[in-house]
Amino acid sequence: MTRDMIRVFVPADAAALALGADRVAAAIEREAAARGLAVELVRTGSRGMVWLEPLVEVEGAAGRRLGYGPVRPADVAGLFDAGFLDGRDHSLAIGVPEQHPLQLLQTRLSFGRCGVIDPVSLAEYRAHGGFIGLDRALAMDGQTIVEEVKLSGLRGRGGAGFPTGIKWNTVRVTPAEQRYIVCNADEGDSGTFADRMLMEGDPLSLIEGMTIAGLAVNATKGFIYCRSEYPHAFRTLERAIAAATQAGYLGSDINGSGRRFTLEVRLGAGAYICGEETSLLESLEGKRGVVRAKPPLPAIHGLFGKPTVVNNVLSFAAVPFIMAQGAKAYAAYGTGRSLGTLAVQLAGNVRRGGLFEIPFGTSLRVVVEEFGGGTASGRPVRAVQVGGPLGAYFPDHLLDTPLDYEAFAAVKGLIGHGGVVVFDDTVDLARQARFAFEFCAGESCGKCTPCRVGAVRGVEVVDRIVAGTEREKNLNLLTDLCALMAEASLCAMGGLTPVPVMSALTHFPEDFDRAPVAVAAE
Amino acid sequence: MNGAIAMGLIKEIDYGTPVPAGRRTITLSIDGEPVTVPAGTSVMAAAMMLGTKIPKLCATDSLEPFGSCRMCLVEIDGRRGTPASCTTPAEEAMMVRTQSPKLATLRRGVMELYISDHPLDCLTCSANGDCELQDMAGAVGLRDVRYGFAGANHSKSPKDETNPYFTFEASKCIVCSRCVRACEETQGTFALTIAGRGFDSKVSPGGMDFFGSECVSCGACVQACPTATLTEKSVIAMGQPEHSVVTTCAYCGVGCSFKAEMQGSTVVRMVPYKDGRANEGHSCVKGRFAWGYATHKDRITKPMIRAAITDPWREVSWAEAIAHAAAEFKRIQAKYGRDSVGGITSSRCTNEETYLIQKLVRAAFGNNNVDTCARVCHSPTGYGLMTTLGTSAGTQDFASVDESDVILVIGANPTDGHPVFASRMKKRLREGAKLIVADPRRIDLVHSPHVQAAYHLPLLPGTNVALINALAHVVVTEGLVAEDYVRERCEWDAFDGWARFIAEPRHAPEATAKLTGVDPKDVRAAARLYATGGAAAIYYGLGVTEHSQGSTTVMAMANLAMATGNIGRPGAGVNPLRGQNNVQGSCDMGSFPHEYPGYRHVSDTDTRALYEEIWGVALAGEPGRRIPNMLDDAVEGTFKGLYIQGEDIAQSDPDTQHVTAGLRAMECIVIQDLFLNETAKYAHVFLPGSSFLEKDGTFTNAERRIGRVRKVMPALGGLADWEVTMALSNALGYQMDYAHPSQIMAEIAATTPTFKGVSYARLDELGSIQWPCNDAAPDGTPMMHVDRFVRGKGRFMLTEFIPTQERTGPLFPLILTTGRILSQYNVGAQTRRTENSQWHEEDVLEIHAVDAESRGVVDGDLVRLESRSGAVALRARISERMQPGVVYTTFHHPKTGANVITTDYTDWATNCPEYKVTAVQVRKTNRVSDWQARFFDEDIALTRVALPPAAE
Repeated sequence: MTRDMIRVFVPADAAALALGADRVAAAIEREAAARGLAVELVRTGSRGMVWLEPLVEVEGAAGRRLGYGPVRPADVAGLFDAGFLDGRDHSLAIGVPEQHPLQLLQTRLSFGRCGVIDPVSLAEYRAHGGFIGLDRALAMDGQTIVEEVKLSGLRGRGGAGFPTGIKWNTVRVTPAEQRYIVCNADEGDSGTFADRMLMEGDPLSLIEGMTIAGLAVNATKGFIYCRSEYPHAFRTLERAIAAATQAGYLGSDINGSGRRFTLEVRLGAGAYICGEETSLLESLEGKRGVVRAKPPLPAIHGLFGKPTVVNNVLSFAAVPFIMAQGAKAYAAYGTGRSLGTLAVQLAGNVRRGGLFEIPFGTSLRVVVEEFGGGTASGRPVRAVQVGGPLGAYFPDHLLDTPLDYEAFAAVKGLIGHGGVVVFDDTVDLARQARFAFEFCAGESCGKCTPCRVGAVRGVEVVDRIVAGTEREKNLNLLTDLCALMAEASLCAMGGLTPVPVMSALTHFPEDFDRAPVAVAAE
Repeated sequence: MNGAIAMGLIKEIDYGTPVPAGRRTITLSIDGEPVTVPAGTSVMAAAMMLGTKIPKLCATDSLEPFGSCRMCLVEIDGRRGTPASCTTPAEEAMMVRTQSPKLATLRRGVMELYISDHPLDCLTCSANGDCELQDMAGAVGLRDVRYGFAGANHSKSPKDETNPYFTFEASKCIVCSRCVRACEETQGTFALTIAGRGFDSKVSPGGMDFFGSECVSCGACVQACPTATLTEKSVIAMGQPEHSVVTTCAYCGVGCSFKAEMQGSTVVRMVPYKDGRANEGHSCVKGRFAWGYATHKDRITKPMIRAAITDPWREVSWAEAIAHAAAEFKRIQAKYGRDSVGGITSSRCTNEETYLIQKLVRAAFGNNNVDTCARVCHSPTGYGLMTTLGTSAGTQDFASVDESDVILVIGANPTDGHPVFASRMKKRLREGAKLIVADPRRIDLVHSPHVQAAYHLPLLPGTNVALINALAHVVVTEGLVAEDYVRERCEWDAFDGWARFIAEPRHAPEATAKLTGVDPKDVRAAARLYATGGAAAIYYGLGVTEHSQGSTTVMAMANLAMATGNIGRPGAGVNPLRGQNNVQGSCDMGSFPHEYPGYRHVSDTDTRALYEEIWGVALAGEPGRRIPNMLDDAVEGTFKGLYIQGEDIAQSDPDTQHVTAGLRAMECIVIQDLFLNETAKYAHVFLPGSSFLEKDGTFTNAERRIGRVRKVMPALGGLADWEVTMALSNALGYQMDYAHPSQIMAEIAATTPTFKGVSYARLDELGSIQWPCNDAAPDGTPMMHVDRFVRGKGRFMLTEFIPTQERTGPLFPLILTTGRILSQYNVGAQTRRTENSQWHEEDVLEIHAVDAESRGVVDGDLVRLESRSGAVALRARISERMQPGVVYTTFHHPKTGANVITTDYTDWATNCPEYKVTAVQVRKTNRVSDWQARFFDEDIALTRVALPPAAE
């Protein structure tokens, strides 16, 4: 009996790979060959439901896809036996992935193609709405593009939340012979992985977004600064850039427009601080990754001293939608001054970890409880850290805070890059406070004194508090040190380290006041 | 007394960040006080203009703002938080507060962190009394370090004492990066970096020790360091100085201004003076550190005489020495005639001393037999620029290079020879100016950190004229001549003749390539860049002048600059980099046998009449002897007596054996010097000289800048050089009567039109003056030929290339060229007597690997270097700087005898020796040469000093 080639989708996303996706893919090919079945294996990104990875999908009639996951290599023979190629049921079947309840709760404006298409296939990218935004942008002048982005309300997704359109406009109007577009893909926050998922699952949307930025500000050269811990993303980006260049979407004549934009990926060298935009630029120039004082802003004096747009991966990736569907379509989502969607990355002690793209305004509790399903340990949630290692620890009574830049700031927290890490009631927040200083001490570039020396002293002061040494005096000193670092540090590294510390101290003071463990006397 | 010799330690104002020069101003309010500053000024500098010192540690106004210490935070109305005042530009109507309880808390908090990782040994610290960290701790009122001192710290960090002049004490380091930035921004060497990150960040000379690193020991890091971390060893040994005196460096022609920081009459350290216009606070290893020769044990401080050069020297009184010298000169003149004696002035002595020597020769000896060491370096500059432009000097000030778009360096090695100017040039290159280097060697400028020459034209030694003619040929034949400029500013007929000459195909790069060895494509591209790249400047050195065609090359460069409109505007010009501190001045002061001060010919009757009136004697109207003529005539037996001040022709002049033959033939040689130098071996009277620290006077640098030399200690021998010359003149019967060098300058100003407005009072007032200084330019002249050339119209000269007669051949197949290196200076008399010798203990022969291999020579081998003049032995160093066929050495050590090798060919116009082209052979050897063997013998035999009789 002959059959048409059946397309089977297995993610090549790093999280899926870590969970055995390559071995699953190999097993599928092996089984298909053994059974004489014609299977076309397509490697995709991830839909973000990491608890289901490796999530294998089979294309059935009319392109409808059915999902099975999490699949282990040992499950593969059983899946064939069950007839998964024909969409038959199996204990791992999750139905149509798009119809998964946790997909239906999302608004996947940026991640719509992620986990669906072959990341480097221009044909699939186009078939799924790619390059519409670029085509529209090519018909506009730079100022109109910038206005569109301003109107969308898009704010920088790297953490600072600065209005993207305003930044672009500064670059656009600063006189220069050369301008640059730089993508910050040095995603160093613990518990975050949205940039990586996008670069591995839909790199062409990043390329399209950067190209539009180039058109907007009249920059002809872009760089993606990718952290070295992301080898898969790096390779996928390289392949995607090659494909886009081959197809004429990058180069000296973008899609026949006569406009020019070229793109290079550069690999970092493992420093967290290079996620800070000025350090990133120093590193990109081939120097030590050290923070530059601002002003001058990178938008005026950036890479090699030229006006430079530095945006996060997700900021650029939001742009194709904005340009394709219009600023209003994007601004229709969200709340207040936080418009559009946020890619929440849920991790830590949580039942369902992964990436969920949801409109701003959703409460933190919904994220933790409805998406995450509570803790993996089954114990009560005690603290939730939002915004990476420099974000605040929220106690239960603050979980109703909506995901909104201003609302978070009001409770001395930050949304940052959208990382959410869940802790159960076994967490020791004094240890977490110590960890914040340790992290800062380990990752500080060493340029400014509050961060270089303050972080080390912070560890020592917390240790003395925990040990019960002159607790009151040291608690005061800790508070003073945090105020100093917050106010006087050169960049957000030292400036935000007090956020987790002070949130721990404010919301969980009992953890700083435990009787020292008695040392047994001989 | 001079007003500028203020008692106490001079502390220049530190604005914290550079103050921009722009004309647009803005007005802001600081602590309620309005202040108007140039646009682009930082809040910190604006505050300092009101006298408000905002606390700071990482900021200093020689460096770009950095924003790391977080001490200088301020509050600004309408701004969030507390921005750093160093990195925040002042804006119109800005309201700044520099003090508030919150700011006080923050600053004290930062200081508390600093001190939690800093040794508390202030009382025994080498920076005690000169420590910004200490000052700031005081300023912010730090009273307690609540963190204690038991935490992580750097107290055990090792000391690096490998540099002979300064110590790096890491435990005192506050990681402000001022040293790293000074190495980058001020010096441009990039030897320092911060290694590690976070708390482990530390200053590192590239991961090794200071001495082994790329560090050139310029001192910029020591200067910039706010703590004890980088401190001069002399300060560690002696403590802080108590007063300072501003003076001028006695090394190269950059003429850096220094503060001699003193304890009484003892120098503690020399610190570059920020208000000195030649160097603006920068220095090099020589001026900054290598001043110890002044008090070296080799200094001769007692006058000595002897009847024959084989006799031991006998110490005598000043009176006896002077009387003996005068009697000898009188005896010789009586016996051999008035013209049988002469004098040599020194480019290392002051203008006033040089003036006196030539006055003594002309008025007391009654002839014009005076010459100077400039004969052997920049005499072609004088001739060439006088002929074409009308003045014997460079056209620009050093600051002009800040505005250059294209820089053409020919036959100069600024990073070694003129390091402080090189740093300024490199800064401009890092800003984007384009560089063309024409040099047989791949000098550092061709490729060094953040500097890359657009074109390196590696010509064969001796072919400068062919190369510059080729550049000019491209300019003329490709229509790149600035015709409007030439029509307006230059003699059109001369230009027209020159243009037709230079357009001849034999001057095309393709034709000259077989002479120069330079790729014609590069020559064409370089010519186009020079002609069309914006303001284009030429900087050149002895690699231009010390040739048979030195004067031709100078004129060829002037032609090229005039043809492209590159004279008389900022960033352009033709600029000699003068070898010695006062080459310009010694030439200005009438040291040449044919010229009175101010380059006026001795046959000019008006000028002669002027001097006859002032000096009260009849003067000879015929030019006297040049140095080579003196030596030739000595060998002939007609020239018998010579008074040499501060000059060592036995080492510095070419064809040593000819020089010493001349010296041996004389009956009375009077040497006035710091040391028993090579020439003193042939002398009969030794008069102790005085170093620049021991006398008052002026030096004139390569940009015509007259700067004061100020006495900081008594003359070791009891008399300053000018006093000795005066005494000798008086003993000869010609009366000189000056109480102070300022009176000599007054006489110079009264008799020399270009110096008319110069006086010590004006020098104190203005700091320094660039001549011409007269009624038309009372404050001096930074740039010459602005609207018209000094001679009226610029004059193009035909520059036919006539190759040297020194040819390579089967016996002498290689070309030797000579030069200097950073750590040593000239004949080494000064630098060899300092720790600088640690960097350069001996002269070596640089040779390309191909030439070495074909001779079986490996790196470090002793080789015999032989020319038609003589032979010496020295060690070989294989060097990729060299091109095959060309070898190179320096002449800093007498025993090397580099000038035993060089020939007596000279520039056709000025007799400047052709040091740069000698045909030689190199072969391995295991012994010193015969000349060197004799040298070692005579080094003892001719320098004996009789022991004084034992006291009872």
